[in-house]
Amino acid sequence: MINPQLIAPEILLAVSASLLLGFGVSKTTNRAPIVRIIAIAILLIYSVLSYVLGSIDDTAFNGALVGDAFGRYVKFFIGIAAAFGLLLAGNYLEREKLDQYEFSVLTLYAVLGMSIMVSANNLLALYIGVEMQALALYVMAAFNRDSLRASEAGLKYFVLGALSSGLLLYGISLIYGFTGSLNFTEIGAAVKANGLTRGIVTGLVFLLCGLGFKISAAPFHMWTPDVYEGAPTPVTGFFAAAPKFAAMALITRLVMGPFGEITDQWQQVIIVFAVMSMFIGAIGALRQTNIKRLMAYSSIANMGYALVPLAAGTIAGVKGMLIFMTIYIITVIGVFACILQMRIRDGMVERISDLSGLAKTNRGLTIALTVFMLSLMGIPPLLGFFGKLYAFLPAVDANLIWLVVLALVASVIGAFYYLRIIKIMWFDEADLEFIEPVPALRWTSMIAAILLIAIVIIPVVAGTGQAWIGDAAESLTAFAANTP
Amino acid sequence: MLVTISFYLLAFVAIASAMMVVVSRNPVHSVMFLIVTFISAAGLFILMGAEFIALLLVMVYVGAVAVLFLFVVMMLDVDFVELKQGFLQYLPFGFVLALILLAEMIMVGAAYFSGESKKMVKFDSEKSNLERFGEVLYTEYAFFFEAAGLVLLVAMIGAIVLTLREREGVKKQDVSKQIARTPETAIEMVDLESGKGVGS
Repeated sequence: MINPQLIAPEILLAVSASLLLGFGVSKTTNRAPIVRIIAIAILLIYSVLSYVLGSIDDTAFNGALVGDAFGRYVKFFIGIAAAFGLLLAGNYLEREKLDQYEFSVLTLYAVLGMSIMVSANNLLALYIGVEMQALALYVMAAFNRDSLRASEAGLKYFVLGALSSGLLLYGISLIYGFTGSLNFTEIGAAVKANGLTRGIVTGLVFLLCGLGFKISAAPFHMWTPDVYEGAPTPVTGFFAAAPKFAAMALITRLVMGPFGEITDQWQQVIIVFAVMSMFIGAIGALRQTNIKRLMAYSSIANMGYALVPLAAGTIAGVKGMLIFMTIYIITVIGVFACILQMRIRDGMVERISDLSGLAKTNRGLTIALTVFMLSLMGIPPLLGFFGKLYAFLPAVDANLIWLVVLALVASVIGAFYYLRIIKIMWFDEADLEFIEPVPALRWTSMIAAILLIAIVIIPVVAGTGQAWIGDAAESLTAFAANTP
Repeated sequence: MLVTISFYLLAFVAIASAMMVVVSRNPVHSVMFLIVTFISAAGLFILMGAEFIALLLVMVYVGAVAVLFLFVVMMLDVDFVELKQGFLQYLPFGFVLALILLAEMIMVGAAYFSGESKKMVKFDSEKSNLERFGEVLYTEYAFFFEAAGLVLLVAMIGAIVLTLREREGVKKQDVSKQIARTPETAIEMVDLESGKGVGS
C-alpha cells in the first residue's frame, strides 16, 4: 500500500491539470483567465502540500519515486517559481493575443514532470519525468505560433531535446545492462558490490551529458540563446527558473545517490561542465545586444557556478548548490518581471540599449534591476554574494581551489556585462519611455529585489533557511545510506 | 513438418517481397510490398514463440509506420521516375553493403553454431509472453504506464495547440443551445387573415 502523503502533490497536479483541461475545452467564452488563476492557486497549494501533510521519508510505487526533505525543498521552489511564471505571463499573453487556457494546463503538466524528475528513484521515472516536462516546454516555446522566431525556438528546442533524450536513453540502457537494475538504490548496491565497470562509467557519462542539455551546461548549451530569444518572454522566464532547478536536483540525486561511491568518476564530468559553462556564459554574454540572449548566457554561467559545489561531492556541496539555486531562482523571477515591464506603446522592446537613461524616467524599475544585476555579480551585502560564497566554500574544502579560482575569474568577466546594464540605465541619455506596468509585474520585481536585500539583514530568517536547506541536503545521503 | 513448411514459405515471401520493395517502379507498390515483408516477419516471430513482438510488428510497423509511408509517398509530389534514373550507378555501393551484411550474418551464424553463446533464457511455457507482460504492466509498472499516458496526453495537447486554427464563419452544431431552446423562442404565433400571406 502506498502512503498517500508521499505522492499527494503529484496526484494533485495530475488530477487538477486534467480537470482544468476539460474545464477549458468545453468553452462558450474564453476561460483562459480563470483557468490561469486556478492553476496559480494549485501551484501554490502544490508547493506547500507536502509540508502541510507532514513529512515521511519513504519510496512509492515499488521504489519508483522517493519522498525526502531534499525533494520537498526543491518542489517547494519549483511550485513557487511556476506560480510566479504564470502570474507574470498573464498580462503578456493577453496583450499579445496568445491567451489560451492550454498555457496554464501545459505549465501544470511541466511542473508534474519536474516533480517526477525531482523525486525519481528509478531510471524509468527519471526518463518519463524528463520527457513530460520537456514536451510541455517545447510547446510553450513555440506558443506564439504565428511568430517565425518562436516557431524556430520551439523546433530547435525540440530537435536538441530529442538528441538529449537519445543520449539519456543510451546511458540508461548501458547502466541497466551493467548493473541489472533500474532502481537507484539497487544500482548503488550493485556499484558498491561489484565495483566499477567500464560500462557503468560510459553509461553515467551519457546520462550526465543528456541531463547537461537540460541545465544548458556547456558544451550542451547551444540551444539556449536562440530558444531564450525566440520564446515568448514569460516562457523564457519560466525556462530559466523551475526546469533548471529540477534538472539540477535530478543530477544531484543521481550522483550523490547511486553513484555516491564513485565520486572520482563523475567529478571530472561535472568539473568540465562547470568550467566550460562559466567561461562560455561569461564571454558569450559580452557582445549581446538583446537582453533575453544576455540572460541566456547569464543562465549558462550561473549553471556553471551551481555545478562548482556539486563537484566537491559532499553534503556541504549539495547544500551550497541548493542555496545558490534558490537565490538564483529568486533573482531570475525578479529580472524577468523587470524585462516584462520593458513595454512601449507599440509593444515589447528587448534590446539592452532600450534601457538607456531609465533612471530618469522610471526610478523604481531602475533600482530593482540594479539590485538584481549587483546580486548576479555577487556584490555583498546582496544575497547573490552569499549564494556564491556558499557555492564556492565546499569546493575549497574539497581541495578544488583551482576550480574556485577559475570561477572567480569567470565572475569578474561576467561582472562586466552586468555593470554595463547598470551604466546604460543610470548614465546614458533617456531614449524610450515605458508604459505603466500592471501591478503584478511591478510588485513581483519589487518583492524579489527586497528579498535579495533584506534576508541578509534579518538573521533569524537566514538561520532558519540554512537549517532547512541543511536538512534537505542531509536527507539525500541519509536515505542512500540507510538502504542496503 | 508443418512448422518447417511455414518457415520456408514465410521466409521466401519475406525475402521476395523485400526484393520487390527495392525493385518495383511504383513507390506505392514498394510500400505495399514493405507491408507484406513486415507481416511475413511477424509470422516468423510467431514461429519462434515470440508472439508479443509479432503483434507489435503488425500493430506498430504495419499499422502506423507503413501507413505513414503511404501517406508521405502519396502526398508528396516527388518524381520517383527521375529518382530512379541513377539506380545502376549505386549498384557497386549497394553490392559492398550487401557483402558487409553477408559477412556479419555469417559471423553471427558461426558464433551461434559454435555453441559458446547459447544463452537463451526460457521461462516456463505455461504462460504466453502477453500474459507475462500483462501481469507486470498493470501492477509493478502501473505508475510508469500511467505517467507515460500523461506524456502522450501532453504531446496531444501540444499538437492541437500548435496546429488548430478556429475558422470564422463556420456553421457548427451547438447541442446545448439547441436543447436550451423553448417554444417561446422558437415559435412565433401569427394570426393570419384569410387571403393574405405571412410576409408582404
